[in-house]
Amino acid sequence: MSWWAIVGLGAAAYALKATGLVIVGARAVEGRMLRLAALLPAALLPALVVVNTFAGDRRLVLDARAVGLAVAVVATWRRAPFVVVVTAAAVATALARAAG
Amino acid sequence: MDDADPRADLAAAGADASAGPMPTARPDPSAPHVPSLDDSPCARHASSRHHDPDGPPLERKVRHDIWVLGLAVGVFGASFGVLATTAGLTVAQACAMSVLVFTGASQFAVVGVIGSGGSLGSALGSALLLAARNAAYGVALAPTVARRSLGRRLLAAQLVIDESTAMAMAQRGRRAREQALWTTGAAVFVCWNVATALGAVAGDAIGDPEALGLDAAFPAGFVALAVPHVRTRAGRVAALGGVLIALVLIPLAPAGVPIVAAALAVLPAVLFAAPPSALRAPRPPTDPGHDAAAEPGGGS
Repeated sequence: MSWWAIVGLGAAAYALKATGLVIVGARAVEGRMLRLAALLPAALLPALVVVNTFAGDRRLVLDARAVGLAVAVVATWRRAPFVVVVTAAAVATALARAAG
Repeated sequence: MDDADPRADLAAAGADASAGPMPTARPDPSAPHVPSLDDSPCARHASSRHHDPDGPPLERKVRHDIWVLGLAVGVFGASFGVLATTAGLTVAQACAMSVLVFTGASQFAVVGVIGSGGSLGSALGSALLLAARNAAYGVALAPTVARRSLGRRLLAAQLVIDESTAMAMAQRGRRAREQALWTTGAAVFVCWNVATALGAVAGDAIGDPEALGLDAAFPAGFVALAVPHVRTRAGRVAALGGVLIALVLIPLAPAGVPIVAAALAVLPAVLFAAPPSALRAPRPPTDPGHDAAAEPGGGS
């Protein structure tokens, strides 16, 4: 991978962040757009979880990652500390992979 | 879970929620209404301390939780370093990407596509699609830093990522949100970059990140981060919609598209499920006791 691609991707990623925070965000001070934006973490965090757990190569897959997710959900529901949630999910996934 | 103290849940997302009722006996810096000399060097920040509209400062416990989050993010950072070098990037390139791009999902997408023999174009396309959500996060965070100088806002922009947005938007009040944004951004930036370097250098010693289950750490952490955001009905509608959109599109669309499309789930959430009060903060205060404790001068 070339340095140009890395620097270009970095510049583009930064431009997206700054566009939202500095350019668009400064104009959308109140109102509906802000209400929509405030709900984004609620929509996107679970979607990222799903994609990182069930996405294969253009198909849905059920593998050891699902075991880790199940453990993470239970641990979070039981109000386990963050470190425990993450560690338990990783260990469960590793064990499921080793077993399967 | 529904009637829980919002901060207890946040704590569950960050660290031990059962730390007990023992109050930390630190003097509340905002309690005295007399400006102190300590405040004068940074009067612009301190001036807001004596007004209520900005809300209370970030709780010390949440600060602690944020650094725990940073350390956990370091786990994914190390696995990124390993995967990047395995995909053919040099150590310097892996480190540069973590500093410059600094948005985990996009970085994993790049090395994932490259590592599996995909073209550079599709790698960058997926990465940019995924990075687009940071623009929307920026809109949500803009009021939090609106009064800061342009330079400071441009610096904050690099820190606009899932983790900092999730922690900031889970706080009540502008001041706590801004402190959560900077603290989470700094904690994740430091841990992510140190861990990337370690993973890239020590890749061979670490071995296959997947054998250690490290790829499960990322979604697991996001489950915990999502908790404060699904406490309202609107949040739950958005979450359910996001999950459904992602599941439907995974087989149909290229990588990155399911996430961008999942952002559309905020529309039904606002249209059908959101009383205006639910949108300002995860939950308005219901417990007068704890609210009094949070007010400047309110009992400490």
